Amino acid sequence: MNDTQFNKVLIVVNALVPPALLAWDWYQGNLGANPVEFVLATTGVLTLLFLLISLAVTPLRKITGRNDLIRYRRMLGLFAFFYGCAHLITYSIFDKSLDLSAIVGDVWQRPFIALGMSALGILLPLAVTSTKGWIKRLGGKRWQRLHRLVYVAAVFGVIHFYLIQKSDFFWPIVAGIVLAVLFGYRLWVKFAPKVRSEAKA
Amino acid sequence: MSESEKIRSSEITDESAYLNRRNFIRAGALAGTAAATGLVYRYLNPPPPREVTTADIEGFSEAKGPLKDELTPIEDVTNYNNFYEFTTDKRGVASLAEDFRSDPWTVTVDGLVERPRVFGIEELLKIEQEERIYRFRCVEGWSMVIPWVGFPLKKLIEMAKPLSSAKYVAFQTYYGGSNPEGPDVKLPEGPNAMGNVFAGIPFPYVEGLRMDEAMHPLAILATGLYGKLMPPQNGAPIRLVVPWKYGFKSIKSIVRITFTDKQPPTTWSAATPNEYGFYSNVNPEVDHPRWSQATERRIGEYGRRETLLFNGYAEEVAGLYKGMDLRKNY
Repeated sequence: MNDTQFNKVLIVVNALVPPALLAWDWYQGNLGANPVEFVLATTGVLTLLFLLISLAVTPLRKITGRNDLIRYRRMLGLFAFFYGCAHLITYSIFDKSLDLSAIVGDVWQRPFIALGMSALGILLPLAVTSTKGWIKRLGGKRWQRLHRLVYVAAVFGVIHFYLIQKSDFFWPIVAGIVLAVLFGYRLWVKFAPKVRSEAKA
Repeated sequence: MSESEKIRSSEITDESAYLNRRNFIRAGALAGTAAATGLVYRYLNPPPPREVTTADIEGFSEAKGPLKDELTPIEDVTNYNNFYEFTTDKRGVASLAEDFRSDPWTVTVDGLVERPRVFGIEELLKIEQEERIYRFRCVEGWSMVIPWVGFPLKKLIEMAKPLSSAKYVAFQTYYGGSNPEGPDVKLPEGPNAMGNVFAGIPFPYVEGLRMDEAMHPLAILATGLYGKLMPPQNGAPIRLVVPWKYGFKSIKSIVRITFTDKQPPTTWSAATPNEYGFYSNVNPEVDHPRWSQATERRIGEYGRRETLLFNGYAEEVAGLYKGMDLRKNY
C-alpha cells in the first residue's frame, strides 16, 4: 500500500467514526429524548463539515504547495454527499414517515427545506460525474465549470442551517465565515494578480 | 571515500524490518486519529442522562383515574429542556444546571394588587399540593406527558387580591447573568451564574397571561414533577404550567409576578414578533412561519401524531377566546 492509498484509508476510517458512534448510541438508547432530531442534526452538520473540508483542499494545496492533496478531494466530497443522503433519509423516513404530501407541503411552504433539498439536488450530479470517466467525457474545462456549483450547494447549506435555528446562530455563523474565507481566497487568487499587474502598468 | 560507503551491509535496515516499522506507524496513525475523532465527537455529544436528585415532595394528592396518555419517562423530561439562560442545547441543560441553588428563594408579588408581598419558597410549598398530568407541547414540534405537582395559580392570585384595574399578569424568570437591573433575589454566587451569551434572546425571560387565563383552573404553579421537587433544569423551584399553550409560555424559575393593566411584554414575541405572539395557544391550523404546527413528535415515539387545538384542552379553555381571530391573535 502506498502512502496515498493509506491516507485514503485514514480518511475513510475517520469519516466513519461519527456514524459508528451514532449507531452505537442509538443501539444503546443513548441518543437522548429525541433521537430522530439528534440524528437529523448530526447528519446535517456532518454534510456541511465535509463540504467545507472538500472546499478547503484547493486553498490548502496552494498554500502548502502539496499538490497531492487533490487526490483526496473526490472522496471528501463524496462523504458530504453520503451524509446529505443520510440526512434526507432521516428526514423523509423517520421524521415524515414517508408522507409525500407532508414532504411536498414542507418543501413548498418552508424555504429552509427547499434550500436543503436544492443543495442535495446540486450535489447529486456532482457525485455522479466525480469519476475519471466523466471528467474525460465532459472535458476538464466543462467538468470544472459544472463542479463549481458546489459553492452554490454550500451557500444553500449554510443558509439552510441558519434558518432552522430559533435564536442561537453561533454555529451557522461559524460555518458562514469559513465558507466566506474559502470563497474569498478563490476570488483573491483569481483577481488579485490582475489588479497588481494593472497597477504596475 | 564518502561516508555512505563506510556503512557495512549489516547496518542496513533490511526491507522487512523497514516495512514492519512503517506498518507500525500506520497502525498507530489509524488508531490515534480515529480515537481523537471519537473523543471530539463524544465531547460534543456527551451521552447518558443524569439522575434526578431533588427530594421527594411529601403529602401531595396524586392524580386519579385512567390515563389517556402514557407518561414520558422521567429521564426524558429531565434531560431534554429548553432553558436558554444555561444553553440552547436541550441535552446540555441538566448538567449545566446541576448545582443551581433554589433555596433560599423568594417570589415577589406586586403591581396592581391590594396585598403586594414577597413569598419565601417555603411558604409556597405549604400551599396544598396536587398532582396534574398534562400534555406539554413545545413550539418546536415535540410533546411530552408530564405528572406535575403544584397548585392552581388562581390560589396565589386570590391571596394577592388584584385590583379591578389589573387585566394581565406578568412573570419574570430568575437571571444570574450580568444584568443592569439585577436579579430580584440574593442567591449564593457561583453555581447560579448564567452566562449564555449566544442565546439570541434578551434576559431576564418574561412572560404574561391575560387575567382570565391566569385564573383558569388548568393554569398551575408547579413545584415539582414525578413526586419530586422541581429539578433545576425544569425550572426550580417554581414555574408556571399552562398546558393549552406552547411550552415557552410556561415560564421557569419565577422570581416576580406583577399585575398590570396593559399587556406585558413577553420574551419570544419581543425578540421575533412575526413568529411568536402573546397568546401562543397550541393550534394545528396556525403554522409557525418556518415550520408546520399540524403534527408533533411525542417524545419516545417515532412517527408523528396530529396536534390538537389548544393541545386537547379545547373543551375547557376555548371559551376564553370566543369571538377572537386565532390567526391574528397567535
